[in-house]
Amino acid sequence: MARAVTSQRKAINTAVAWTIGLAIFFPILWTFLTSFKTEAQAIADPPVWFFFDWTLDNYRVVQERSNYTRFLWNSIYIAGGSTLLGMIIAIPAAWSMAFVPSNQTKNILLWMLSTKMLPAVGVLYPIYLIFIQLGLLDSRFGLTIVIMLINLPIMVWMLYTYFKEIPGEILEAARMDGAGLREEILFVLTPMAIPGIASTVLLNIILAWNEAFWTLNLTASRAAPLTAFIASYSSPEGLFYAKLSAASTMAIAPILILGWFSQKQLVRGLTFGAVK
Amino acid sequence: MGEIVLEQVTKSFGDVTVIPPLDLTIEDGEFTVFVGPSGCGKSTLLRLIAGLEDVTSGAIRIDGRESSTIPPAKRGLAMVFQSYALYPHMTVRKNIAFPLRMSKMSKAEQDKRVEQAASVLNLTDYLDRRPGQLSGGQRQRVAIGRAIVREPAAFLFDEPLSNLDAALRVGMRLEISELHNRLKTTMIYVTHDQVEAMTMADKIVVLRSGHIEQVGSPLELYRNPRNLFVAGFIGSPKMNLIEGAEAARHNARTIGIRPEHITVSAEEGQWSGLVGVAEHLGSDTFFHVHDTGLAETITVRADGEVSFKHGDRIYLTPRTEFMHRFDEQGLRLP
Repeated sequence: MARAVTSQRKAINTAVAWTIGLAIFFPILWTFLTSFKTEAQAIADPPVWFFFDWTLDNYRVVQERSNYTRFLWNSIYIAGGSTLLGMIIAIPAAWSMAFVPSNQTKNILLWMLSTKMLPAVGVLYPIYLIFIQLGLLDSRFGLTIVIMLINLPIMVWMLYTYFKEIPGEILEAARMDGAGLREEILFVLTPMAIPGIASTVLLNIILAWNEAFWTLNLTASRAAPLTAFIASYSSPEGLFYAKLSAASTMAIAPILILGWFSQKQLVRGLTFGAVK
Repeated sequence: MGEIVLEQVTKSFGDVTVIPPLDLTIEDGEFTVFVGPSGCGKSTLLRLIAGLEDVTSGAIRIDGRESSTIPPAKRGLAMVFQSYALYPHMTVRKNIAFPLRMSKMSKAEQDKRVEQAASVLNLTDYLDRRPGQLSGGQRQRVAIGRAIVREPAAFLFDEPLSNLDAALRVGMRLEISELHNRLKTTMIYVTHDQVEAMTMADKIVVLRSGHIEQVGSPLELYRNPRNLFVAGFIGSPKMNLIEGAEAARHNARTIGIRPEHITVSAEEGQWSGLVGVAEHLGSDTFFHVHDTGLAETITVRADGEVSFKHGDRIYLTPRTEFMHRFDEQGLRLP
């Protein structure tokens, strides 16, 4: 039986949901507002909300002081590249684990996930040394590889759960209908798994875009993405909140827009399996 | 053409033998039904023929060609699955055309065949829908359509009707039988429902734990079951099996008599008992008779007009010419 929801109850629920939503969104909103203030207004106490002298100065200064486009391209290169590379590895891996499992499949999956339990800083030193040896420090290629490896377990897990949902009989039907392995994956499995593949791709672009630990440690200037761009404005001696906010807004804007347009996919991806 | 011959076929999963060495010949054009209780290996056998499972040893010859190592796509067989297994992202038209597309048939020929199959199966109005927008019966017809367009050497059906409701099942049963009459293609049909087996088959293969218990036409199996298992499995309601003194009187360990071969009377008869449950089907009535001293329950069929009630004492007389006798091993006595 459906539960009867009174209109009063509905109103309360709506208010609570909006409050929680706003609380979560508040830091982004505050950053956005601050980016249009002067440095003095940015640190004013009590804080000014909307009634200040809106200015685009911070954006101009940030643009003058550093080359936003170069950071942006690095971010796109690293996030896109690591996701693409990761999918090339993760799709066949998840396919084999979902459809031709061995006795060890469950163990391999857990072992892959266990690498995420290790604090990243624990392997910073060895990876840094390897990067020096291979001459990969401050290279986009090196960073792409590392970030791909960091996110690979999540990609394999997500795709694996999606593939598991596809009934094996449909793939068998394709085989009976004359499809070889290539046609089976191309015409039957992939189209059915597209929602899953799409949300995996989106989530990984976001994860890679926001990755800061490795990008800050393994880059200096050439390969630095937007996370490093933000970090460069949080100088220890300076109170440049407004400029920091402007840089942050510029850095998160592309990914926020991407997330906004694909929120349906993302929500489905993140809650997948939770309701089954 | 579609003769299928199994020679000494075995299948094991690890240490578990599902199919011990098994020989079977399915003639071209025959409607063969594999029937047996769940876990008897009938689906495994079908999947071995399809190529979805590999044989552990033995040979499968399709039209004389040894096929046990050929991938399923190249065996020239079509299969209809219990879950229909339609491609959810394709329209009905694309579902049916899929095997033709895989065989690189020209677009014009594909369209022609799809239209043809759709008209045979009453799917013409649904060609542009997705499987999700169809009812269970329609989905099953799409699955059959996908099987018939490629004109396979044989059709394999894996419990195709068990997801349908009772009324639809009877209708689809007729449709499949009519399809067989029209196409004259070999069909292998797996079911646990002996009514489906009896009504559709040219030849029934009764399986138990991977063994073939008996092969024969429905009436052969009904009239001359080779052993107690087949006797109990074929026929609805089940044959009455009686042991003890009454069986000994007929020089057998067990005697069997079908419900329809016992006459019922209010006054006199060879056996007597009390009516338990009376099932009135209109055309027939089945009485479940207790306290006969023969077996826990004796089931008898009477005319629809006979109206004994719960607790009535009735008299039963078996028609001895239809009595089956079995020895200690459960095998039929001549």
